[in-house]
Parts: sequence; C-alpha cells; structure tokens
Amino acid sequence: MVRFTLATDDPVLHDFAALVGSEGAVAVAGSRTRWSVGGELASGTRTISAPVGIVQHQPEEMIVTVRAGTTVADLHDELAAAGQRTALPQRGGTVGGAVAVGENCLDRLGRGSVRDAVLQVRFVNAHGQLVTGGGPVVKNVTGFNVPKLITGSLGTLGCIAEVILRTNPTPPKSRWLKADGAEPKKVFAALLHPAAVLWDGTTTWVHLEGHEADVDAETAMLASLGDFATCDGPPDLPAHRWRLSPSQIFRQCVSAPFVASVGVGTTWASVAQPKRPLDRGASVVAKRMKDTFDQDHRFNPGRCLWT
Amino acid sequence: MITELRDALGASHVRDDAATLLLHAHDSSVFEGGVSGPVCYPVDTAQVQAVVRIAAAHGRSIVPRGAGTGLAGGAIPLGAPIVVSTGRMTQILEVDEVNMVAWVEPGVINLDLTKHLRPMGFHYAPDPSSQQVCTIGGNVANNSGGPHCLAYGVTDAHVLAIEVVLSDGSIAVLGGLEDEPDGYDLRGAFVGSEGMLGIATRIAVRLTKNPPAVATLLLAYDAVADAANTVSAVIAAGVVPAAMEVMDQRITIAVENFVGAGYPRDAAAVLLVEVEGLSSGVAIDAAQIEAIGLANGATNVRTAATALERELLWKGRKTAFGAIAQLAPDYYLHDTVVPRAKLAEVLQQIYEIADRYDLTIMNVFHAGDGNLHPLIVFDGRDEGVLDRVHAAGAEIVAASLAAGGVLSGEHGVGVEKQPYMDQMFGPNDLKAQERLRKAFDPYCRQNPGKVIPSAHSCADIQALKAVPKGIWG
Ligand SMILES: Cc1cc2nc3c(=O)[nH]c(=O)nc-3n(C[C@H](O)[C@H](O)[C@H](O)COP(=O)(O)OP(=O)(O)OC[C@H]3O[C@@H](n4cnc5c(N)ncnc54)[C@H](O)[C@@H]3O)c2cc1C
Repeated sequence: MVRFTLATDDPVLHDFAALVGSEGAVAVAGSRTRWSVGGELASGTRTISAPVGIVQHQPEEMIVTVRAGTTVADLHDELAAAGQRTALPQRGGTVGGAVAVGENCLDRLGRGSVRDAVLQVRFVNAHGQLVTGGGPVVKNVTGFNVPKLITGSLGTLGCIAEVILRTNPTPPKSRWLKADGAEPKKVFAALLHPAAVLWDGTTTWVHLEGHEADVDAETAMLASLGDFATCDGPPDLPAHRWRLSPSQIFRQCVSAPFVASVGVGTTWASVAQPKRPLDRGASVVAKRMKDTFDQDHRFNPGRCLWT
Repeated sequence: MITELRDALGASHVRDDAATLLLHAHDSSVFEGGVSGPVCYPVDTAQVQAVVRIAAAHGRSIVPRGAGTGLAGGAIPLGAPIVVSTGRMTQILEVDEVNMVAWVEPGVINLDLTKHLRPMGFHYAPDPSSQQVCTIGGNVANNSGGPHCLAYGVTDAHVLAIEVVLSDGSIAVLGGLEDEPDGYDLRGAFVGSEGMLGIATRIAVRLTKNPPAVATLLLAYDAVADAANTVSAVIAAGVVPAAMEVMDQRITIAVENFVGAGYPRDAAAVLLVEVEGLSSGVAIDAAQIEAIGLANGATNVRTAATALERELLWKGRKTAFGAIAQLAPDYYLHDTVVPRAKLAEVLQQIYEIADRYDLTIMNVFHAGDGNLHPLIVFDGRDEGVLDRVHAAGAEIVAASLAAGGVLSGEHGVGVEKQPYMDQMFGPNDLKAQERLRKAFDPYCRQNPGKVIPSAHSCADIQALKAVPKGIWG
C-alpha cells in the first residue's frame, strides 16, 4: 500500500503521542502566559510539555514548520534573520499555546489573524494517535478544515504537537504615531491598510508599515486629521481582553480605562468581560464536537469556551 | 413529499419535471451519475428550514446548490436527494461600513456584490474566474479563490459570520462580527465544507478598501519554466503582489483568437502580475518585479498604460475557459497545489503525462500560490478518451502529491478527488474529518457521498439508493 503523503516519521512527535497516551486527564502547559483563559484546570490533571524545535523554515514558500513547545520569541528570531514573521502574538508564550488560545496580535490588521496563519496542524487525539489536518502549502481546500477547528480550541479537542504556519515578509518601514482628540473612525477610514489603529477615548495611536515612501505619505496625510507625532509604540494595555465588534467600541460598552483596536473591535479593559452565552445552535454543534473528539473529556478538564 | 414541499414553498417553487431534474443532475464538471430529486427554490431562511424538515421526515438527503459552476462535482445529487437552490435568495441585505461587513443572502452573485460595493470605496476581494455567475454561498462552501487572493487570502479570510440551517432544520449562527468570536471556530470549519455541514442562508462578508494605485504587468517568456521561476523568485525577494497568473502558449493563442487581449502569440508563456496599494510602493514593487522577470529570462515586459489596457489584460485571463470552448467540445480542468519552488518541475511532468496519453493539455494557473490548473481539452465522442483523461488526471495528482503538494487549491474534493483522499491523509486524519462532519450533521443527510472516502465515512454511502457506478460517464 502506498503511504499517505502527510505521514510523519519524526520520532519526537510519536514520543509526544505516547506521552499523551489514551487515558487520564491531561493538559499541555506552554509558558502559562494565558493559563487562566477558559477557567481553572481541574485538579489532578497531568500536565505535559509539547515538543520543541523549528523543523524547517522555507522563506520562498512563505511557510515554517515548528513544534508546538517552541517559544514564539525563538520562532520570530529565526524568521527575522530571513526578513519574515508570522501572525502569532509575541508575549512570552509558546507557538502551541498561541495557536490553542487563538488570540490575534495587536497588529492584527497588518499581520493577519492566527486562524488564517495555521496551514497544517498535527495533534494527538484522545486515543493517543497522531492526527494531521490541512497541508504544507499556502493554498489548500483538501478535506474538512481541521486546522481551523483546532486553532482557538484551547486544547480541549487534542494536544497540538506541530504546526505549519504562514510567514510574511517584514515590511521595510514601521512607524508609530499618536494624537489627542483625532476622530478614530475618520483615521481608520483614511488609511489603506494600517497595521493597527488604537483608541483610549482620548488618544488615537496609529501603526503604519510598508515601503518608507508610503509610510511617509500616510504620515503626511494624517496631519489633516489630527496633531499626529511619532511615538515609541503602543500604549500599555489594561489586563482584560474583551471580544467586541468594531462598532461596539464606540457604544460605551466598556468603562475607562480601556484601549480599543479600531476596525478590529478587540478592547483591553481593567475589568473582565462578562461571559456571554453562545448562539444556541452553535453551542449544540460545539458540544457534539467536544464529545466526538474527546468522549471522556480527558483534555484540559475544567476549561470551557462557552457558557 | 412533493405536496408537502409545494404547500411550504408555493407550487411553482418546487419542480420535478424531467428537464429540471436533468439540469440539476450535473454541475460544471465532467461527472455523470447524478440523480436529482425535486428541486426547491426557497426565498428565505424559514422556507429553507421547512424544506429541510420535510426532507428529514421522509429520510431524504439534501444538496444545496448555487449557480452549479463547481468543478469537483460538489453539487451533483447522489441518490435522488432534494436539491435546495439558492436562486431566489439573492438580496444584499446590509452594508455596514463601521463593521466593514456586508450581510448577503447565499444566492448573491460574486461580481454583483463587488459592483454594488465599488462606488462606496470597497469591493469583495475573492474573485474566482467564474465570478460573473457563481454565488457567494457556493464560494463559501468551496472556500473559493481567485487571482487576487494571493495578497488578500481566499474566501475563508473574508467571511465573518454565517447563518446556517442544519440537517435537522435548526438554525446555528457561526462566527460573529468580533475578531475572535467565542467558542470553537465553527465558521472556519463550515467554509470549504462543500455543502456537507448545512445550508448557508445569510453570510457576513468582509469589505476590502479599493486600493488607490494599481500596476499591471505582462511578462513574456520563451519557456514556461522561466515564468514559473520568476514567480518563486518574486516571493523569495519578499514581494507579495496582489496577483500572479501564468498562461502557456496554447492558452494565450486561444484567448487572443477569442477576445484579442493583446497577449504575445509567440511567447511560450506569459506572466500577468498585479500590484496594488499606495502609489510609491506600487512603483517600487513593479520595478522590482520587472527586474526579477528580466533576470529570469523575460523577453518582454509591458506595463498596462491605461485602465482600459489593464481591463483587457484581465479579460483575457478571465475568459480563458470560454476561449477553450472553441478548441474542443469538452474540457477537464484540474486543480492541485505544489510548493512554488516545484512549479517548473511539476509543469514539465504534466506536459509529459499529457504526451504519454496523447491528450492536449494547457496550463493557466494561479502561479503565485503554486495552484496549478492543468486543462485537458478533448472530444468526449472519441472512443475511450474519458479513460485516458482519467488516467492522466490520476498521474497529475500523484505528481503533485509527490512534490509535496495537495489535492485541491480551490475547486474542492467533491466526487472528483474523493478517491485520492487516502493518498494524502491517513485513516486517523480522515476519522478526525468525519468527526467534524458528524458534529454538524450526525445523520449524514447533508450532501452525502462526497469528500470523505466511503471506507471512512458514516453510513451515508451505503444508504444511498443509487450509488453512481460509472461516475466517469
Ligand atoms: C469557468 C470557470 C472558472 C472557475 N474559476 C474558479 C476560480 O478562479 N476559483 C475558484 O475557486 N473556483 C473557480 N471555479 C469553480 C466554481 O465557480 C467555484 O467553486 C464556485 O464557488 C461555485 O459556486 P456556485 O454558486 O456555482 O456553487 P455550486 O456549483 O452550485 O455548488 C458548489 C458547492 O457548494 C455547495 N453550496 C452551494 N450553495 C450553498 C449554500 N448556500 N450553503 C451550503 N452549501 C452550498 C454545493 O452543495 C456544492 O457542494 C470556476 C468554475 C468555472 C466553470
């Protein structure tokens, strides 16, 4: 019989599958930077670490194969040497953790989303078997989209072992600007594709990226919309992340202090976002998904993505 | 059942005359063997639910259908299911500039949406070559791509939320207008699911701002390999154009005869590149692409001087398949992806495969993301030709997989690539896909018999009353 082409011989991945095994509650710990997302882990749960290492970076294919336990910082250091980066947020965690949590980086408009970056995923299922979804190329519609399902699933459907991520060239020029009293909606509408536009109710920050001449042109254009001056970077973000739509940030949903991502919706505030129920139909499907992927609820018990 | 359907939708919106059934037994692929049950034309979500509930009560399966332009047999009805056409669900419901989304019904034609948005300063980025006829619902189901998806991403990156009618008639809203909606990414799982997880009844798509500057370049080459190598050199240099499309000589000549797009007839291949953005950056990228092209053997580089010239160059690309119709009565368009660096090598293999099977093959493809579209033209009346087309296709698939590629970049698996799925995925991988599917449709009533090979699939294949014996005609 011909071997299927997505099969892997990497002993490190097979060892990880054996470590996950087929019995008992288990959770993968990354750097624990987002350990509290989704609730507290049930006591008695065995915690394990995912394999580490950058397997292969192919700049001309705009992809990198990386094991889940690798830190995002190490990954980005290696990619930077070749003038590339990914959509993963860099805040001290691991690649597997970033994919499992699925939160986008502050420069979401410029770098794209984590969900769109995961081209292939290898994870260990509840039976201790290695499963591969997606494929090793930038464009692929072969079969059901397992990488999308695993990304942001908080490790509740399987233990992520390795991913292939889309990489992007780092633009030649980056510039942060800020102004008090500018109208954030107008600023967002006037820019073609800013990397980020942030707003705290008073000040608007803009992150421009691209060819230097384009960045200069947009900087000059911004002068007509406010008193913009260059600054070192984004403001400090309050601790709690709110999932809002772009229009909700202008509807006083969050009390100050906050920092909102204009055109994206995500807002950082000093209090946590109240839990919201999922759409009824979606929650029925989500529960069936959990039950069919992890019948005994072995993975990450205590954590839940919906109420 | 027909009476119940007619009571729910109105008599004229349920058809079971022979002509309608015959029409809906096919899509735009070469596959035969479809058998259509009654064709329903609901007008809103409630009517879709009514049809699905009637189907469930009678143990009938359901096949959603847009414009029927699919090329992998996704909309072909197997076992006389009820066909749910979105032909009367064609409203653009809302354009919301603050959230940068448009809510549309699934039957909206792709190009109609962009035409509606253009004057507001926006467009809908995914632009399949079939965009004049294909529907947003079909695009969502197939996760369709298009020339401009190189920089902007395929359908997936442009769909925020979907209202879906599930196979038990209930409604689920997947995704949302937040950047990271709560729960599993069921929206992401639905996009590209080929009509097998439910029927999309309302879709929120992302608006993309129209770029102020555009440059369109046409590069000519003496060898297809040089064009392919230019593509991978451009990406390696850190430039990501909006589009990079390659056409070989047979295609360019056919297009020239058809629309007179201004392509050189004597070039072995042409590469059409578009860069979009702000004016300075566009000029810098265009100059760099020209230099890379010349360094990789381009014999001529032309930049469209006017909007009209630019439109004509694209018209050539987008009517390529129409042009083929002049050459032979039938064509079979393949769709695989290979790593960009392997493009030249795999193309060479594809020409050799065609020669071995005595078939005429042409290549017109989304080179920027390594998405090959070998096009076999033939006359189906020739004795045994379909067997040769099939055998050559199997070798093209094998060559693409051997190069580290995948089965489909945008047309989907449908019935076409189903027999090849276990060459790419192992049993555990297919099992995971089957689990995903069953979480949406535990009864396997939605578009049964597609994508997942029967050995790994729930009982749907076995349950089909009329399993198509000779899907290849
Ligand atoms: C000349 C030509 C050029 C093409 N060029 C491209 C191209 O550049 N890029 C590309 O990606 N494709 C291309 N295609 C393929 C095809 O046009 C796309 O796959 C398109 O998205 C199909 O849309 P449709 O409305 O015709 O869907 P259909 O063919 O009617 O259906 C396709 C699939 O979608 C499902 N479906 C339809 N509506 C819904 C719904 N509301 N809910 C759930 N499922 C649904 C069907 O069951 C079926 O599985 C081309 C086809 C042709 C004939």
